[in-house]
Amino acid sequence: MPPTTKAFTTIVTTKTIATSTESRIAYIYRKYGTILIFIGLFFIASVASPAFLTQANLTNVLRQVVVVSLLACGVTFVIILGQIDVSLGAVMALAGTIAASFMVMTGSITMAISAGLTVGALSGLVNGLVITTFRIPSFIMTLAMASVARGTVLLYTGGAPVIGLGNFRIIGQGDVGPLPVSVAILATVVLLCWVLLAKTRFGRYVYAVGGNARAARASGVRPTNVIVAAFVLNGGLCGLAGIVFTSRINSGQPAAGAGYEFDAITSVIIGGTSLMGGTGSIAGTIIGSFVIGIINNILNLLNVSSYWQQIAKGLIIALAVILDVGTKFSRGERA
Amino acid sequence: MEGDPQQYVLEMRGITKRFPGVLALDRINLKVRPASVHALVGENGAGKSTLMNVLSGGYSIDGGEIFFKGRRLDHGDITAVLQSGISMVRQELSPVLDMTVAENVFLGREPMRGPFSAIVDSDKMYADTQALLDRLGLRMSARGIMRDFSIASMQLIEIAKAISREASLVIMDEPTSAISEREVSMLFRQISDLKKRGAAIIYITHKMDEIFQIADDITVIRDGRCVASNSASEYDENKLIAQMVGRTISNIFPKEDVPIGEEVFAVEKITKNGAFRDVSFSVRKGEVLGMAGLIGAGRTEVARAIFGLDPIDSGEIRLSGEPIDIATPADAIRMGIAMVSEDRKAEGLVLCRSVGENISLANLNRFTDRLFIDEKSERAEIGRMIQLLRIKTPGVSTIVETLSGGNQQKLVIAKWLLGNIKLLILDEPTRGIDIGSKSEIHRLIVKLARDGVAIIMISSELPEILAMSDKIVVMKRGIVAGELRRREATQENLMRLSAGVSV
Repeated sequence: MPPTTKAFTTIVTTKTIATSTESRIAYIYRKYGTILIFIGLFFIASVASPAFLTQANLTNVLRQVVVVSLLACGVTFVIILGQIDVSLGAVMALAGTIAASFMVMTGSITMAISAGLTVGALSGLVNGLVITTFRIPSFIMTLAMASVARGTVLLYTGGAPVIGLGNFRIIGQGDVGPLPVSVAILATVVLLCWVLLAKTRFGRYVYAVGGNARAARASGVRPTNVIVAAFVLNGGLCGLAGIVFTSRINSGQPAAGAGYEFDAITSVIIGGTSLMGGTGSIAGTIIGSFVIGIINNILNLLNVSSYWQQIAKGLIIALAVILDVGTKFSRGERA
Repeated sequence: MEGDPQQYVLEMRGITKRFPGVLALDRINLKVRPASVHALVGENGAGKSTLMNVLSGGYSIDGGEIFFKGRRLDHGDITAVLQSGISMVRQELSPVLDMTVAENVFLGREPMRGPFSAIVDSDKMYADTQALLDRLGLRMSARGIMRDFSIASMQLIEIAKAISREASLVIMDEPTSAISEREVSMLFRQISDLKKRGAAIIYITHKMDEIFQIADDITVIRDGRCVASNSASEYDENKLIAQMVGRTISNIFPKEDVPIGEEVFAVEKITKNGAFRDVSFSVRKGEVLGMAGLIGAGRTEVARAIFGLDPIDSGEIRLSGEPIDIATPADAIRMGIAMVSEDRKAEGLVLCRSVGENISLANLNRFTDRLFIDEKSERAEIGRMIQLLRIKTPGVSTIVETLSGGNQQKLVIAKWLLGNIKLLILDEPTRGIDIGSKSEIHRLIVKLARDGVAIIMISSELPEILAMSDKIVVMKRGIVAGELRRREATQENLMRLSAGVSV
């Protein structure tokens, strides 16, 4: 178990002493919330539709959560830093279509992947540098980036999908042994992100800067570097998500990823990462993204209209944030 | 028993206030005559602010009685009654920065007009405010946005606001801490105007010259007790200082003499415009340099500049004789300089993280083996620190926020002991912590000095400075007012240097 998870447990134990109903809900939520929601949902889904617990469907769920999960892993770092990124979907589309056109031009999967990752990482670099240099809120900067990136995609593609990707589709559609390639990619990314956050100096600095940037600076950490690095990592993962998505639908879609940042951020928050920074984990984020994936899947299996699906997701994110803020408030009162 | 409205506008009898583990106010009496200036003096932490917080309704009291204009106030209505007749100029300003001057002055009591008095009468608000500013001789516009003003101007506006409420008692808590001489004389004119109109003023300050210039009566508070209360004419500076500091040095861990080595660190005429000017001092291996002075004298600013938190405008900083450049705390730490900030919550600790993570944060490179943190050796070192400093914590992964103030403070020190430090700067290392932790921190300072670390300790507690320092630098209004060896220093001459009339 990573040290961060243990840290959570401790916050929570002290919280039981403060006895208000609010903090008791927060206590249960912090400690078991994400996993309880996941298990409960899995159970409900199995009962609600016989089609849910089939191998074909579960593999399908896995394939579907890959893209959002990749985005969620990256944005976890950003959110623990107390920042936000709402350009995930647009940057993903930009990186995806550019990867696609490199594939068309060069016929090389390596070239295409490199191009996609570079575009993503560069967008993240721009986000990070502007935010730290001019001290502007990350919400505003990434909102601007979302608009610029989406505009660039449309300009670059003329609004038409990039097609003729040859064997590029194996990334999103192929298998390695029993596993889809995309799921293997996700597993690798999750492992790397978890190690990075829980086991390295960079990870510690992310938590420290997110928890108290001034104290981190006075301890010799350079908050600017940490924030920029996190945005680059996040951007790179947007690029990877774009590549996987493009490969899965076998074309570079200019409209890809619209609203994906919403699902990714929701996953992170359901996973127990605080929007105020300083706490959170990759494990939580991954369970969070599976929760979102199962909700989408079961609503599809039950033929619920996509309009209702949107409403359901909105309610879930509101609930998750209420619990997050509730926990923070009860902590603030004791301080 | 009734108070006497003719004689006193405010009478506080036997006011007692307890905080967990501390008796903050011990049967304090305070009698304020109408149309007078009553100076409330005492060292930092003597209980002046606590007493004023009781008056402004911030704290409930554990004992005693308050009479305002002859009427006894029960606990329930203290706040309401007092607020109607008392206005307060606080030390910590809290203006709404994006509102105009007039909006701030009239905040919460805006003049209304129209049906149901539903509309703010802006014209009247601005006209009244402008008239007030003009009357006070302040050359500023009522329509100016607060954010655009200097701290000094904000303080003047705060004073204007207090005056405009036409209260019968105005409390001023160090109103001159941020304003210039010219503005001080303007303030004093206003105070005598207020007096002529029959209002009483409680004036809190450390500055001796101000006290003797305007006070009619003086009450001295020390360690939460009322030491003396007399007419100002019965005091002179020496007598007042003696009453303020006259306490025996108990419960302070006395510093042992340790061998003092070569010069480790020196600053030569360092200046930061608006904060301090031409500050020079040096500190040797094993030496404890105490920095005394009033709050706001520039000591913290000097410390922050040395540690790279704020830039300096000119001057030289030397480490082991070599001139060095410190642009960020990371530079300072690399050179072996560490600092325990006065505000541990803001700059010392990441409160939402664990004890262990906080201790190792500044020294993670020591535990990083290529890419990964070696958690085993990290834990061992953290455990050693927890034992060495006797930090009381349920475990290494306990969240720092849940620890007591004293243990949090030890944690901040522990964080620096992990590394190899040459110079440790401690800014108010024992403020607001319990006696037990305090003496342990003193014990630790001695241990570090014995290990050859040079130490700069800022403290506003004179007994602490006297007990711990080998050498004392006294700062006053941004400059070094004097440097004393340990044997030359007494509470009296320190107080005189930091607050005295003579410059």
